[in-house]
Amino acid sequence: MAIIPPPGTESGPLAEPPPLTEEAPGAAVGPLVAAKPRSMLRRGWEVFAENKLALASLGVIVLIVLFCFLGPVFYHTDQVHTNLTQTLCPPSSSHPLGCDNVGYDQLGRLMVGGQTSLEVGVAAAIVAVLVGTLYGAISGFIGGPVDAFLMRMVDAGLSIPYVMLVIILSVVFHPNPVTMIFIIAAFYWLGVSRLIRGETLTLRTREYVQAVKVIGGRRDRAVTRHVLPNAAGTIIVQATFAVADSIIILASLGFLGLGVQPPATDWGSMLSGGLTYLQSSQNYWWLIYPPGIAIILTCIAVNFIGDALRDAFETRLQRR
Amino acid sequence: MIGYLLRRIVQAVIVLFFVTVIVLALVHLFPGGPIRALLGPRATTAQVAHYNHLYGFDQPFYIQYIKWVGQLLHGNLGFSPKLNQSVASLIGQDLPKTIVLVALGTIVSLLFGIPLGMYQAVKRYTVGDYVLTGVSFLGYATPTFFVGLLLVEWFAVDAHVFPPFAPQGTTVGQVLSQPRALVLPVISYAFVLYALWSRFMRSSVMDNLVQDYVRTARAKGATERRVLWGHGVRNSLISIGTLLGLSLPTLVAGAIFIEVVFNYPGMGLAFYNAALNVDYQTLLGFTVLATVATILGNLLADVGYAVLDPRVRYS
Repeated sequence: MAIIPPPGTESGPLAEPPPLTEEAPGAAVGPLVAAKPRSMLRRGWEVFAENKLALASLGVIVLIVLFCFLGPVFYHTDQVHTNLTQTLCPPSSSHPLGCDNVGYDQLGRLMVGGQTSLEVGVAAAIVAVLVGTLYGAISGFIGGPVDAFLMRMVDAGLSIPYVMLVIILSVVFHPNPVTMIFIIAAFYWLGVSRLIRGETLTLRTREYVQAVKVIGGRRDRAVTRHVLPNAAGTIIVQATFAVADSIIILASLGFLGLGVQPPATDWGSMLSGGLTYLQSSQNYWWLIYPPGIAIILTCIAVNFIGDALRDAFETRLQRR
Repeated sequence: MIGYLLRRIVQAVIVLFFVTVIVLALVHLFPGGPIRALLGPRATTAQVAHYNHLYGFDQPFYIQYIKWVGQLLHGNLGFSPKLNQSVASLIGQDLPKTIVLVALGTIVSLLFGIPLGMYQAVKRYTVGDYVLTGVSFLGYATPTFFVGLLLVEWFAVDAHVFPPFAPQGTTVGQVLSQPRALVLPVISYAFVLYALWSRFMRSSVMDNLVQDYVRTARAKGATERRVLWGHGVRNSLISIGTLLGLSLPTLVAGAIFIEVVFNYPGMGLAFYNAALNVDYQTLLGFTVLATVATILGNLLADVGYAVLDPRVRYS
């Protein structure tokens, strides 16, 4: 389980200050050459690409996505019908990772489960960040009593321990991939909205946002054209971390048996029977390691990418 | 100061109001309503209607809300028909055991997280720092329950060093009398927290060491050791204390996964069983208790901060 840091302490799970050895921004070295202006994305990508760890992580994610979505095309397995003649068969040439307790081929299961984990993780992150961003931006921009009211609602949501909230929600709603997306997003948007509201509060005092008001522009224009684009860095970094967190939450619920229901599965649901089989006379290690390693690998890679993105966006601002 | 306190308390009361409304509304989300969930799909419509009337679910939401909050204020957290036990007595029985697990796990994680985080901040960008950073990244990316599974696999199934299940028993004394069985649950719980503390400690000490007052201290000739302990670590420990206070309810809720993996007889396991049995009274009571504890914790942390740091009160 990812421990979500309490709001207001850190922006992401791995927030840390910029390296101490870094030169002060603006300390020009050598003659100033009028460089060709580069686009924001281009500059961001350059900083990102310097980070070898992030590039490697991106490679890992691409491989995992290919494995999950293209793998079943080349490696055919039946992931709908159980086969009780081959339950818990150990790894062999016909089943490289063995079979699980109802006879599904574990390698094929890993692909199918990965599809759910990745799809739900990304979709929940998108929904949560979209809702949270809009809510936070509107609340911060309107300000006053409306802001106070909207933020107390967020406070209320954040006071309910999220583990309890998601467990209750998955008992209430029949869990399938689509409801899981909304169950995870239902609490995750809260933290995002608080963060974006903070960002909006600082942005709305900037001259160029004030100028919109002066020349008679509407408030929605100020928000969509000026506040949100300038908060884009924060939003994208949040979305990245949200993917990793969502995958872990989905896995945790799956482990409890409250996630997607068979024959559908995800990496966490694959682990739900795991302990029972570990404790039986034989050691069915192939039920434990593959899905667990898949979760860890994906989440580490996504976290590294998130860190690199934060650096990229911060440096972009410094070099401007 | 008084003004700040009042403002903060009013805010907390408003949040409490919203929270109780949200939590009670959750009950009505159960498919077919809470009574249908309780009685099961084979109950007749008349039976459901009878119990709906008995429990007051046929009344308007605001009347239910007022009655429910009135009961809460009298310390009545509800009654679990599945367990034939009041939710308050269930909490009284299970909460102490969860506190044992959470306290032991938190202490172990702090014992490792604080010194190692400090070490990383002092020796930043060295091999040791990178290795420990790798460990905490692992801690962030590994679901708690999987840490538990791995430890069982390694230390209980492969090497028969520790039992694969948590201490069983109804009282704290019984739980504490089986220390060997406590080892694996406590370590798995501590590992994920360790990542949080060490990461926080590292960035916080590094942050503090570049502050103006540290430069002043160095200029006055303070030794590196004094700078580190007197300024870097001391200020970081205050933040760790606040972070700890703020996350206590989350820590308790986070123990759910460990309790399920190891079958540890605490609140988390009871909550999980209540979820499986759709025992909505227990779910409701536990959630309200944890939430109110969170709100009070936040309030206390804010007040403590205002007492310690004058800048907060006047902003």
